[in-house]
Amino acid sequence: MQDLKLKAAEKRGIHQLGGDELVGWDEVTQGIILTSFEGDASDIVHKKAEERNYSDFNSYTATVASWRVKKPVFNIDVCIDCQNCWVWCPDTSIISRDKQMLGIDYDHCKGCEVCVEVCPTNPKSLLMFGEQEDLETALSQWPEKKKKEK
Amino acid sequence: MAITSIKNLKEFSTNNDRFEGAHTLCPGCAHSMIVRELMNCTDDNLVIASNTGCLEVSTAVYPFTSWDTSWIHIGFENAATAVSGAEAMFKARKKKGTLKDNDASVKFVAFGGDGSTYDIGFQWLSGAMERGHDFTYICLDNENYANTGGQRSSATPIGAHTSTAQAGTHSYGKKQKKKDIVAIMAAHDAPYVAQLAPNKWKSMAKGFQKALETEGPCFINTVSPCCTEWKFDPKDTINITDLATDTLMFPIYEIINGHELNILYRPKNVLPVEEYLAAQGRYKHLFKPENKHVIEEIQKNINEYWEMLQRREEARV
Ligand SMILES: Cc1ncc(C[n+]2csc(CCOP(=O)(O)OP(=O)(O)O)c2C)c(N)n1
Ligand code: SF4
Ligand code: SF4
Ligand code: SF4
Ligand SMILES: [Mg+2]
Repeated sequence: MQDLKLKAAEKRGIHQLGGDELVGWDEVTQGIILTSFEGDASDIVHKKAEERNYSDFNSYTATVASWRVKKPVFNIDVCIDCQNCWVWCPDTSIISRDKQMLGIDYDHCKGCEVCVEVCPTNPKSLLMFGEQEDLETALSQWPEKKKKEK
Repeated sequence: MAITSIKNLKEFSTNNDRFEGAHTLCPGCAHSMIVRELMNCTDDNLVIASNTGCLEVSTAVYPFTSWDTSWIHIGFENAATAVSGAEAMFKARKKKGTLKDNDASVKFVAFGGDGSTYDIGFQWLSGAMERGHDFTYICLDNENYANTGGQRSSATPIGAHTSTAQAGTHSYGKKQKKKDIVAIMAAHDAPYVAQLAPNKWKSMAKGFQKALETEGPCFINTVSPCCTEWKFDPKDTINITDLATDTLMFPIYEIINGHELNILYRPKNVLPVEEYLAAQGRYKHLFKPENKHVIEEIQKNINEYWEMLQRREEARV
């Protein structure tokens, strides 16, 4: 067990502050410093995710896809690029570039459905489908525009 | 300081997020909506400290971090203290000219839950506010100790069911009213204090930018609906926040220099508080006939507080 932990820590290059001994999380005594990026990170704010040098410690490199039962599917034909989904997604999973909504980051999306709720188009540009549903089938089932109820 | 454009959502969305996914907050958690907005408000370097709580444990799951900025966690109660120390050191080194980049624009921010802000870290926060450090403290107010299973805090409103103020045959949940943290912080003579909500993204972004731009200690209480402990469907986080602001359960306002009060959102149709309460499991018991008086009391408190805010806005005192 101890060996395994050390190996895992070694693989990730984890070290305890002030020493070079490798530790597991339950052996931390003084504290831990994790670096979010490899090398220079001074201009990160001006770099899009795909241009960044994320380190293995950055949770961007991890995934929570297994949390999902349902997934949001994006229909670009209906989208008006309002960015509601972008501002309210709790998991930084709406990929918006240059004022355009491009799609969903399925590594980080937890399937909360908030984006679907806040999408204002008629029909919605985001809808929930079963995790296993493929994009084409989902899009072929897209509802028609709903008439306004009086 | 380099604030980013919040003219409209399209402009705002051109910012590159510095709060990363694969944190472990619950699906639909408002904490991350608020944190993302703060971090997207500015291009400046950020030094952030977090108190213990859902945000902290979920964004620093060893060996991962979700923060693309300098971020520190020490203990439950001392984010304000940690960030004060960092700010004091920054100022001192800037004066001496010993910083790596002496022209760097850096903003200091602390995040705390209501448990750590209203209760356990209260004196530490008060101390940092009184010493006058140049920082912004943001309370993520979900009205309970969510990370340890939903105990009541002094931010929990009257009538809410929590794991330590349970509703049942002999009790209607919490007996005491919510502590008025905004008034207490304004009484520290802070240059900028506000209460903001994530559904009103623009007033929240504006408030954040004002706080970051203002020199001195600023405090912002943010409404952070918690689907797990408030008991609603995660998809409804923004819908619940809409009800919170439209029933005036959470009025949106700012107080400048301790006395200049501005109401930042006036609902066109103020909704009865029942609509907000009925949308959450933690208030379910209030709809029993014997608890009707609690709903009446909540509504009365809301009306009185709204009246007070309007009068203070007018009087400028
Ligand atoms: C001094 C101290 N007391 C208690 C705890 C246990 N504890 C950890 S997180 C937490 C709840 C935090 O509640 P809150 O500040 O409201 O944040 P939330 O999780 O609700 O966002 C508690 C009680 C602790 N870590 N340290
Ligand atoms: S389902 Fe939730 S996590 Fe996934 S993209 Fe939509 S808002 Fe984000
Ligand atoms: S909320 Fe809907 S319309 Fe707006 S950008 Fe997202 S998908 Fe497009
Ligand atoms: S318990 Fe509440 S505050 Fe904590 S992560 Fe879940 S939704 Fe967010
Ligand atoms: Mg809390």
